Amino acid sequence: MPRTDAPPKDLSAVRSLMRLWPYVRPVRTRLASAAFVAVVASCLGLVFPLVLKWIVDGPVADRDTGGVWLGAFMLLGLGIAEAVLFGLRRWLVARPLAGVEAAMRTDLYRHLQRLPVAFHDRWASGQLLSRGTTDLMLLRMFLAFPLTFLLVNAVTILAGFIILLQQQWSLGLVLLAPVVPLVILCSLFETKYSKITRLSQDQVGDLTTVVEESVLGIRIIKGFGRHRSQARAFRELSQKLRGTELYKARLLASIWALIMTLPEVAIGAALVLGTVQVADGGLSAGTLVAFLSTALALRWPVESIGFLIAISQDAATATTRYFEVLDVAEETDTATTGEAAPDSSGLVFDGVEFHYPDAAPDAPPVLARIDLHIRSGETMALVGATGSGKTTLTALVPRLHEITGGRITLDGQDITLLSREQLRELVSVAFEEPTLFSASVGENVLMGDAGADDEALRRALSVAQAEFVHGLPAGTSTQVGEQGLSLSGGQRQRLALARAVVGQPRFLVLDDPLSALDVHTEALVEAALRQVLESTTALVVAHRPSTVMLADRVALLSEGRITAVGTHHELLRSNAEYAWLMSGADANAVEENA
Amino acid sequence: MTSSHTTTTTAHDAEPPTERQDGDAGGDAEAIALPQQSGADGKDPAAGSGRPSGDGDPFDRDALPTPPGATRALLLSLLSPLRARVIVATLLLLLQQAAVQAGPMLVAYAIDRGVPAFREHDHGPLIAIGAGYLGCSLASGILQYAFIRASAHVNQDVLLDLRGRIFRHAQALSVDFHERYTSGRLISRSTTDVESLRELLSEGLQELIGVILSVIYICAMLLWLDVGLGAVAVVSFVPLYLLVRLYQRRAGRVFARRSTAIAAVIVKFAETMNGIRPVQAFRRERANDADFLALNRRHERTNGDALLEMARYVIGSRLVANTAVAGIVLWGAYRVAQDGLALGVLAASVLYLRRLYDPIDRLGMFLNSYQSAAASLEKIAGLLAQTPTVPAPTAPRPLPALASEHPGREVVFDDVRFAYRTGGEVLPHFDLTIPAGQTVAVVGSTGAGKSTLAKLLARFYDPTDGKVLLDGVDLRDLETPELRRGVVMVTQEAFLFSGTVAENIAIGRPDATPEDIERAAKAIGAHDFITSLPDGYDTDVRKRGGRISAGQRQLVAFARALLADPAVLILDEATSSLDIPGERAVQRAMDTVLRGRTAVVIAHRLSTVEIADRVLVMEHGRIIEDGSPGQLIKGTGQFAGLHRAWRESVVG
Repeated sequence: MPRTDAPPKDLSAVRSLMRLWPYVRPVRTRLASAAFVAVVASCLGLVFPLVLKWIVDGPVADRDTGGVWLGAFMLLGLGIAEAVLFGLRRWLVARPLAGVEAAMRTDLYRHLQRLPVAFHDRWASGQLLSRGTTDLMLLRMFLAFPLTFLLVNAVTILAGFIILLQQQWSLGLVLLAPVVPLVILCSLFETKYSKITRLSQDQVGDLTTVVEESVLGIRIIKGFGRHRSQARAFRELSQKLRGTELYKARLLASIWALIMTLPEVAIGAALVLGTVQVADGGLSAGTLVAFLSTALALRWPVESIGFLIAISQDAATATTRYFEVLDVAEETDTATTGEAAPDSSGLVFDGVEFHYPDAAPDAPPVLARIDLHIRSGETMALVGATGSGKTTLTALVPRLHEITGGRITLDGQDITLLSREQLRELVSVAFEEPTLFSASVGENVLMGDAGADDEALRRALSVAQAEFVHGLPAGTSTQVGEQGLSLSGGQRQRLALARAVVGQPRFLVLDDPLSALDVHTEALVEAALRQVLESTTALVVAHRPSTVMLADRVALLSEGRITAVGTHHELLRSNAEYAWLMSGADANAVEENA
Repeated sequence: MTSSHTTTTTAHDAEPPTERQDGDAGGDAEAIALPQQSGADGKDPAAGSGRPSGDGDPFDRDALPTPPGATRALLLSLLSPLRARVIVATLLLLLQQAAVQAGPMLVAYAIDRGVPAFREHDHGPLIAIGAGYLGCSLASGILQYAFIRASAHVNQDVLLDLRGRIFRHAQALSVDFHERYTSGRLISRSTTDVESLRELLSEGLQELIGVILSVIYICAMLLWLDVGLGAVAVVSFVPLYLLVRLYQRRAGRVFARRSTAIAAVIVKFAETMNGIRPVQAFRRERANDADFLALNRRHERTNGDALLEMARYVIGSRLVANTAVAGIVLWGAYRVAQDGLALGVLAASVLYLRRLYDPIDRLGMFLNSYQSAAASLEKIAGLLAQTPTVPAPTAPRPLPALASEHPGREVVFDDVRFAYRTGGEVLPHFDLTIPAGQTVAVVGSTGAGKSTLAKLLARFYDPTDGKVLLDGVDLRDLETPELRRGVVMVTQEAFLFSGTVAENIAIGRPDATPEDIERAAKAIGAHDFITSLPDGYDTDVRKRGGRISAGQRQLVAFARALLADPAVLILDEATSSLDIPGERAVQRAMDTVLRGRTAVVIAHRLSTVEIADRVLVMEHGRIIEDGSPGQLIKGTGQFAGLHRAWRESVVG
């Protein structure tokens, strides 16, 4: 299918749309034949009036009833052909275009899963989702209609006017007169209209934000009795939206008035002129009927140009939005097999430095010169004030973020030289915000190790004190997540912990794994976790002494550096900041106690 | 779809009008509705509030029980204030259609009268035709302009009213309802459901009415031109009607399947992107690819089915229409040939026929979008039919003047019992008095009823039996502003609204000065982190939202409460994400800034309990231990055991 039907002024739009070619290529034959079928069908529509003319000027004028039958059968044949061809066109593209949409969506999903976490931090999931849904539906629609019909309508208009001019050039010219101003008006209008549409979409977005926040923050609004001010904000925004929508309607109303009036005036002029010519005998009555009938048939193709261009422009935007994401480079593995064989040196941070890729270049790094050695089999607690970078540090080990300096080794192997697959098999993580997926409880836990059996699942659940799952309606097969049973924060946290330990990983990274548990459960989890930690090398982010007690040693993270390493008691005595973090007492008090 | 050209009812000959909309308007609108819903669910901090969403809860579903006729009543109540405008718009449309449909009539007149008259040098009829045609064109344009504007006013006023009603109603409904109905559903009621109504109003409905009107007009014209030809045209609508019904039924089924399929795709997509860290950390990419492919395939298939269904409908309706045209032309031409009919009448009939069958293809589609909007409206009506379980007082009473120099007030639970509307009893009958100025800690395991106790005191719920009294006044008799000066609750989910940090703190007291805000932040130990943000107190929390940690959000929530300066402060696990220094700062603030206030503290952490004057231990909705921390620690109860374990963990 040639993609040059769009008018030349939209060169950049054409260029974006060209990028769809790899996806369109597999269905190009179907698409081209559909376009061909549409052209034929559309031109058949133009033959209708000619048959009509033949009937009126021929059999009707000659009082030939047999000829009337013939004419009617010709009309019926044309009608059937037209119906079948339009159906055929739709049939030809239905499955292939659904396929194009699906293929693009699959690629997007596959690609997004392999983009760095830093990318996902920058992009709201809603933004990505709208690319995977609305934008792709728009593209399918573009391939189905505007792409074909820009061509079809151009051919139809051309053919129609050739017929008109050829039948009676003077009347044809009269009808041709409004075409140029109409196309210009339509495209002018589209520019204006798309601007105002965007504005209204933005305002709907703002309104949605207020609605969302008012619902999500309902306890705060009610708790502080602030529903009046929320309602005021809502009213203002919805009034503004109404104003925009009314302006939009005014634009729409004027363009429609013009679109309705101009061609009608031309047809009226043609009617008067035609009547005169019929009366003068210069024109047959049949020709006049055919003429007016053809003129009506051409109205939509002319009027539609503007709107077809508008959809094409939207489609171009959608394409740009789609490829904007698809063009982001996937993470590549630089795995080399020539790396030294693993030893048992544990987890080592060697001069590690990190700053966020989107941070200002002159901003100080989040983590600077982290040197830390966690011996094989050892458990290290990571303690630091709120915002000191603990969570960031843990994300570096499974390479969810890429270090910007230094290196991290696991048993002597540089993590950047392992494939991510291998690395993440070695390291298991429990995140601060426990996420469950729409699957059964068992599947959620076994994500940690696909090969684990029921026994391992039971063990993991017992370590995490998540035996509550056996009491759920369907036990470990109970569906949880977005579409299933909703669990409390503490329950989710325990399942996330079970997921981390189920595969008995060599390295374990736990980000404040007990924060949402009540005191009672916390004690039980600690006891069970202690056994698991004996056989792994672990880094545990801790806020509280009870969690720190799980560890052999503690590292204190302060302003992006490791400032002290030692046992809990050593640090409690020797390090004022640590003592402050762990007991809330200030330094002097600690010294007195010590 | 930005198509602006779908709002007309004028003559479009040939097939293309069908192509203006893909025929999935209704279906896709439904499908796109979902992302927001699932997105919102993903972000919803209350999503995991722990109550299993079993089948037994009538509020845990999309369509709430709706009294019969509620949808119709809602529609009427929306339209009745706009009665005059609706009538004007209808008249405009009637006139506009009349002007539009006059064209072929003039053609008939021109051929049958204008031509012979002109031949006899009588220019009168021709001039009349020219003037009439010009007049009709101008009139149809102007009337179209007026109609679009008038109907836009109606549409926008209806939407404004409806949006406002949903919003105000949702705000008025109790927290209890919000927790069951879930934020995702509420958000999709006020966004996507309103949106589908908007689409119907601005695109579908007026076109549908236009189509119906033009069909009626044209049939009338045809009947008037020639009863026989008109009758054939009218009869041809029987098979067309059946086709439309058939299409609707079949397409309805396919659309339902397709919207389920796309919903599954969307959930999978959103879930993966929201949980990208565990996905990557646990190497789920390949397994996800396979799952997604299967879901996407299913959608692809149903999507194709829907498109094919449309193709089938187009063939059928075109066949009927074209056959009818051929039949009418045959009969008409036959009669003209036998001098039974004027040529002009035949010409006008043919021109009318082309217009008559034009919108048929679109009809099925409109009806679909109408159905989807009707479904949305029904869901909205169901929501609006809910009565707030925490109603505003009918005869409000003020709080008495403070009894002492302390700002705290006395709280009494007087024979209170609480059960959910669906039956489950959470708190059996109990009495509890908290003297003014006392700090009470409530401990107990998950599900013991601690939060329910707090929510009763904050009047997020009303008790099923008994009453909650603040200085002797029933909470139900207090106006909202009065109540919120009295009682403020800080919860674990520290939600930040879009806006600056300062604005977020000022929610506690909108008239607070920047100095007040800073003082509150300093008192709670939040000042340092706030000043280290790029724009200090003026930092937009949404822009930097991702990097304000959970603990920092809780500090902001506390500053809010400090600023509100209530008589009774409730902390519902409000320190769960704070580190120990943060927790200490909170305790210090309670000791100093909030001194003399009545406080109810619910905490996992026993460290919080140390500042309490009194401890309540709850289990299965009952208070099983009640006493000062010292007493309880020395005793042999649950609390003593818990406390021992905790001490050991701290000292190690």
